[in-house]
Order: sequence, then structure tokens, then C-alpha cells
Amino acid sequence: MRVIEKSGKTIDDAVKAALLELNLTESEVEIEILEEPKNGFLGFIGGKDALVRVSEKENNNNKINDFLQILFEKMSLNPEISINEVDGNILVNLQGEDLGILIGRRGETLDSLQFLVNLFVNKSSENYKKVIIDIEDYRKKRENTLYSLAEKLSNKVKKTGRKISLEPMSPQERRIIHMALQENKSVNTYSEGEEPFRKVVIAPKRNY
Amino acid sequence: MKELVEYIAKSLVDSPEAVTVTEVEGDRSIVLELRVSPEDMGKVIGKQGRIAKAIRTVTKAVATREGKKVIVEIIQ
Repeated sequence: MRVIEKSGKTIDDAVKAALLELNLTESEVEIEILEEPKNGFLGFIGGKDALVRVSEKENNNNKINDFLQILFEKMSLNPEISINEVDGNILVNLQGEDLGILIGRRGETLDSLQFLVNLFVNKSSENYKKVIIDIEDYRKKRENTLYSLAEKLSNKVKKTGRKISLEPMSPQERRIIHMALQENKSVNTYSEGEEPFRKVVIAPKRNY
Repeated sequence: MKELVEYIAKSLVDSPEAVTVTEVEGDRSIVLELRVSPEDMGKVIGKQGRIAKAIRTVTKAVATREGKKVIVEIIQ
């Protein structure tokens, strides 16, 4: 992390000079004013320049990017990594060939990778950041699949009047099913069993 | 594979210098023995072995591609 001090006629000037030297934008740094500028007699005699300390913010995106670059190198993979911050979460998108092995069965490997990256990122920082990793829109597609599955099964439950248990899923995936059916008038959803075999049950709503 | 486990472990613990991985190659499978400092055991095992499981899953993915079987053991 780089820190520099700069002076200038005004605070603005000093900050601008510092940003230029660090080659960063204002959102990437923290600014501390060490001395306010003073106008001297007639604007020049006894005047004092502003002094600011500009420090580079710890950048999670760079940290994650470096971590993943080295990790993938050791896995002999070379995906394109793009990192964006959305609603306080860090979204990592991976694109490239042969990334199927990174997804694994039902996204198992992807979830493990995501879990490890979360541990790494939040190890040393105080404010918790959630990292979500997606590969070639796998999560989005899976979400759509789960939505239509929920829809289909809820119709079946409605017709037969019998509850259905789904296969074990991760908390994120169970959440998608619950969300998909929470407005549904004819069925209820709940989870049962212990992790990692916890599963969603879709049951008919009792109408009294 | 050895470097992969070593790198992941080092990124999770407080004393990366104490992390070692030794590779024992068998006929059909490779055993990777991971050692960390006693204080860091929890950092590579996790609640109900969640972290250990994640390390194993990621390693297994790479091994499968290479047609190998890998067992990651965490040694006390």
C-alpha cells in the first residue's frame, strides 16, 4: 500500500498532484488533510500551502485477482477473470475453455472454490465482503433451472396433494426454491435434514 | 498438485512459513500430507471439516482431469 504527502496552493491542488503521482483516482484513495492552506497578507506574504496525506485503499479486487491468477496457474488453467463490485458484494466472473472441472458436479467445485476465496479475502480485513464466483453464467443458468423445477414440482404437489422432497442442495440453492414458491397459494416449502444433506420439501398448503 | 495444496493452505493460515506438503505416490493414488503449525489447524480444517473438504474438492477436480486419485491428509 502506497502513501504519499503532497503540498499545494489549495487542498484540491495537493490532492490532484498526489493522485497524478500515484496514478489513481479519488475513489481508490483515502485523503487526510494535514495542514489547511492559509492566505497570507495580500495573498502571498506569510501564506501557507495545504498539506495532504494520500494513501491507497486496500484493494480487494487486486487481491482477489492476484490470488486467483496464481491458483489457476497451479491448476494449469487460464481463464479470463473479471471482478466487479455490486451492492457491496464482489462478483468474480470467469470465462474460458475447459472450465467444466472448476464447476464440478452440481457446482460442488465452484462452491468450494468460492468458499476458499471468501476465507482468503476476509482473513485479514475487518469489514466482511462476500465474494461470489460464477463461471460462464453457470449460477444464472442453474437459478433458472431451479425456478422451473420449483414451478413444475409445485404443480405436481397441488395435483396429487402429496409432499415432495427434493435432492440435497446447498443453502443458496435451497433459498432459490423457497423464494420461487413463497408467493404460491397452494404449496408451502421448508427444509429438513442436516447439512450437507439438507433438502427442501414442497408440501400442499392446508386450507381450513 | 502439491503446489496447489500448499498455496491454498498458505493463503489461509497465519504462519505460512510453517506449511509443508509432502507427496507420497502410491500405485493408484497420490497422498498429499499437509502439515501446518498447531495454532493453524483450525484454519485448514474448519467447522465440521468444511475447509478441509473444500481443499479436497478443488484438488480432486484437478486430479480427475489428470486421471489420478489424490488424497489430502492433514497431519497433526
